[in-house]
Amino acid sequence: MAKTYFTEDHEWLRVEGGIATVGITDYAQQQLGDLVFVELPEPGKKLAKGDTAVVVESVKAASDVYAPVDGEITEANTALSSDPSLVNSAATGDGWLWKMKLADESQLDGLLDEAAYKAHIG
Amino acid sequence: MTGDDTKHLPLEDLHMTAGARFGAFAGWSMPLTYPAGVMKEHLHSREHAGLFDISHMKLFEISGPGAAALLNRACPFDAGALEVSQSKYTFFLNEAAGILDDLIVTRLGAERFMMVANAGNAAADEKHLRALAKNFDAEGDFDVKVDALDRVFLAIQGPEAWAALSRAGIETGSLVFMHGIEPRENWFMSRSGYTGEDGFEIGLTEADARNLVARLLEDERVMWVGLAARDSLRLEAGLCLHGLDITPEIDPASAGLMWAIPKEVRASGAFIGADALRAILERGPAQKRVGLKPEGRQPVRAGAALFDADSNPAGHVTSGGFGPSAGHPVAMGYVQTPLAKSGAKLFADVRGTKIPVDIHLLPFTPHRYRKG
Repeated sequence: MAKTYFTEDHEWLRVEGGIATVGITDYAQQQLGDLVFVELPEPGKKLAKGDTAVVVESVKAASDVYAPVDGEITEANTALSSDPSLVNSAATGDGWLWKMKLADESQLDGLLDEAAYKAHIG
Repeated sequence: MTGDDTKHLPLEDLHMTAGARFGAFAGWSMPLTYPAGVMKEHLHSREHAGLFDISHMKLFEISGPGAAALLNRACPFDAGALEVSQSKYTFFLNEAAGILDDLIVTRLGAERFMMVANAGNAAADEKHLRALAKNFDAEGDFDVKVDALDRVFLAIQGPEAWAALSRAGIETGSLVFMHGIEPRENWFMSRSGYTGEDGFEIGLTEADARNLVARLLEDERVMWVGLAARDSLRLEAGLCLHGLDITPEIDPASAGLMWAIPKEVRASGAFIGADALRAILERGPAQKRVGLKPEGRQPVRAGAALFDADSNPAGHVTSGGFGPSAGHPVAMGYVQTPLAKSGAKLFADVRGTKIPVDIHLLPFTPHRYRKG
């Protein structure tokens, strides 16, 4: 069964079978405002925790989204190329950003659960 | 900028009630967006009427027998040639003809002028003006007074701005673009703005402002618009932001703003920076401000380097973002003069990727001013 984790940088990860689907939280999309462009990663790209995985661009500014754990990109959400506003309208659903194969599942232990994330954003 | 030095708008409580998200700009805590979001706020301003709190900008009243002479020294224009109620876009220049600030000056009477200055430059502008006035006094018969006014400053912009004001009891019929009047005591209202749309800027006391805002917001055609949309609106309209597109290192010829300086003044004017500007005009500016249209959807932002097709440096971007009305990314920047031709192909470096950009005529969205 899929389990959802959060980071203090306002990302969510849904993990199933060693693959994490990653996006930004609803709180994060509200803070960013209307997105107009998402720079997506190429499948096969290897990322270490903390590397920039995606750049999301609002009308006003560009913001990095970091890899929350080590792994390899398996898929990017290409629907965002034509409709970046999916991140605003469905941050935790159709507005997911990328999928990655986890290099070390034990890194998940350092992430937040939903209750801890909610406490984090206050 | 954070901490105790941050300045707060007199109407901040209204913005909080409206659900604004705040951010720092030029030392002020400013509403960036409201719950509608930058995209809707931007489009609403082009289709209906956007209400902006621009009280971070400063109004100065300059009066006395020496007022016009002082302005003619400080700015490259002819204050005395303005008719009463006429406004003019002008600058403070330094001795090298670099732009210290861009301003709008309106003649209120025979010896009275109103000047609107940018937030970030207001304190320096006031100092500059007072120092000049003091020199004038020292030289004898130039009596001039500079008053920094304590006002709330509101802008209402968009094709329905005049109708919304009319419903709120403020008739604007005879006022045309780039004119300003004092319709009531301690009010200054001009038909001008920073969006490319028809609209008004109104300086008034806080009590009057609270009344006016309440009446305007009863009108469904009016919504609060934040600084984020103010920036995307002005960028589409090809209007410069001081500090980015024009700076003390940029002269009006490079910036493509010579239209603001009358020909007679260029030739004979004794304004600060006149000699330097004449020299620049004689040899021609090395770079010029242009509109830039990136290919595709990815915005190209301030600071991005520009290259020609052979990867030679060609210039840089000074403002950039997404144009909600244009429907594509929009930007402005400086390129070497020979490249500053509409249609020329350049490339912008965005995080290591070269994005093709076309030099594009400004504005990106046509101005819709009410000129008469």
